[in-house]
Amino acid sequence: MKTVFEKTSGLKDTPTHYCPGCTHGIIHRLVAEVLEEMDILEDTVGVASVGCSVLSYDYFNCDMTQAAHGRAPAVATGIKRVLPDRFVFTYQGDGDLASIGIGEAIHAAARGENITIIFVNNAIYGMTGGQMAPTTLIGQKTATSPDGRNAALQGMPIKVAELMATLDGAAHIERVSAHDVPNIIKAKKAIRKAFETQKAGLGFSLIEVLSSCPTNWGLSPTESLEWIKENMLPIFPLGVYKNSSVGGKA
Amino acid sequence: MGKLLMKGNEVIAEAAVHAGCKYFFGYPITPQSELVAYMARRLPEAGGLFLQAESEIAAINMVYGAAGTGVRVMTSSSSPGFSLKQEGISYLAGAELPALIVNIARGGPGLGNIQPAQSDYFQVTKGGGHGDYNIPVLAPATLQEIIDLIREAFEIADRYRTPVILLGDGMLGQMMEAVEFPEKPAVKETHKEWTTTGTRGDGAPRVITSLDLNAESLEQRNEHLQRKFASIRQNEARFETLYCEDADYFVVAYGTVARIAVNAVKKARKDGVKAGLIRPITLWPFPLQPFIDTRDRAKGYLAVEMSAGQMVDDVRLSVNGRAAVSFFGRTGGVVPTQEEIYEQLIITAGGGDVNENGI
Ligand SMILES: Cc1ncc(C[n+]2csc(CCOP(=O)(O)OP(=O)(O)O)c2C)c(N)n1
Ligand code: SF4
Repeated sequence: MKTVFEKTSGLKDTPTHYCPGCTHGIIHRLVAEVLEEMDILEDTVGVASVGCSVLSYDYFNCDMTQAAHGRAPAVATGIKRVLPDRFVFTYQGDGDLASIGIGEAIHAAARGENITIIFVNNAIYGMTGGQMAPTTLIGQKTATSPDGRNAALQGMPIKVAELMATLDGAAHIERVSAHDVPNIIKAKKAIRKAFETQKAGLGFSLIEVLSSCPTNWGLSPTESLEWIKENMLPIFPLGVYKNSSVGGKA
Repeated sequence: MGKLLMKGNEVIAEAAVHAGCKYFFGYPITPQSELVAYMARRLPEAGGLFLQAESEIAAINMVYGAAGTGVRVMTSSSSPGFSLKQEGISYLAGAELPALIVNIARGGPGLGNIQPAQSDYFQVTKGGGHGDYNIPVLAPATLQEIIDLIREAFEIADRYRTPVILLGDGMLGQMMEAVEFPEKPAVKETHKEWTTTGTRGDGAPRVITSLDLNAESLEQRNEHLQRKFASIRQNEARFETLYCEDADYFVVAYGTVARIAVNAVKKARKDGVKAGLIRPITLWPFPLQPFIDTRDRAKGYLAVEMSAGQMVDDVRLSVNGRAAVSFFGRTGGVVPTQEEIYEQLIITAGGGDVNENGI
């Protein structure tokens, strides 16, 4: 019998704790498949952040370190500077990276740290119960913006991919989305490109992945995917914001 | 190797290199900036790496990452910067990662000033960050002692899988003294089977974390930490005593203040007061033994600090009500003089009122 579908060896055989319809699990799988396909699982150290993905160290089948809230890029810097021939990646949410950890993220990029950041943008703080994130959309209702985010009161959403692309140390910056199959395929290509960038020693790479949070958005899984398409894509346009030279044009 | 005339901050840096430390992540702050600058120059030639972080928070987290790979790694700062490192230190303690953190303390609170102070005693000895933990704290009094204690700090860190703090003050960091480094760097490295370096055929993936969502198992982790702390208390307390065998009155002081206090004690003895000196070298664990040895015959203890009275609490706990404990302190970067300490000692010996800061 021909095997048409297999679990990736990049993930441990552990059920995840993510809510039904949450795209964190899909993004894990994409990262894991890339590590497996590049045959670098044994040479990789991942850094888990604080957010719903805090337990990602129980899922990724490689050495993992858990970092304080927002500090994953600094922790990754420490690892990579000691072990420049290993692959080092962080997996961070938008509260973690774009709010409390924006300094660490910007400076890791500015230094051109040869690491890869998987940045999961779900426009909300998932783990703490649906509070406003720096990426929350104008008008979006959250536990801490009950009347909807108001630009006059809370400012405008931060566009991380655009911001990071302004830094000279950033080699590859791309925004992708996990809301449908064609985009998931593109997302995997982008993640692969980021790790190839790291392999070639070209410097900092960050892949922003638009992701769902049905639980805190108060939507069904299908409605959530639709919500990404309708509401997030116009504010967070997909595309390559900085293109590293590996493997030609993305 | 012969004697070298060096600044305290440079001695700390060179001693760390001698102890096998190859990685330093730092951020400038007076009065420890020479340490950072020395490392920036010295580590690349020693085959290591110096990186200036964007903040103390980033620096301590870089230390966390590097420590997880098993190398000897350190950072240093002074009081305001040390406060910022507390989150990371709590994570190092929780994840049981060895590292050295130097605090060359200055006057506080807030931005305070850049003069010497010992007012970070509570912060370094009582945890500082969140959660139930203690960190071994070493407090050298001379530049030569720094060399020994830095080596021991890295060994304690490895042996117990714990961060270790070296606490000095601006005076220790800035003073110059002749020092001698051991001929052959004595590096006793411990095998570390818990590191995250990529599995590379070495079994299942490993995880470094301080998280445990289950109450019972987090309690078990905490019990494990407490057993470790008990063993550090038992085995690692260090102190020095002077004239304590026949003394009636004991000055208790650490670091640079102990150096000044020695002369006050000598002068008091000349004047017929049987005075002695207890100098804690580890501030955590606070050395109990010299107090057990003396408290049943002591007529009084005088704690002297460059603070409003912090170590004195540990002196009181160690004396446990068996003798009077008084306190003399200067703050804000004012260094107590030998004469002042002498005067306080004479008042203590006279059994009179101590001073407005005393009890
Ligand atoms: C220093 C600190 N502040 C706050 C928290 C609480 N906290 C845990 S997760 C989180 C936000 C996570 O949101 P995000 O990064 O967007 O990830 P998601 O849960 O949405 O995947 C916060 C604020 C913490 N753990 N540590
Ligand atoms: S709370 Fe949101 S982000 Fe977190 S697991 Fe559930 S759906 Fe996913």
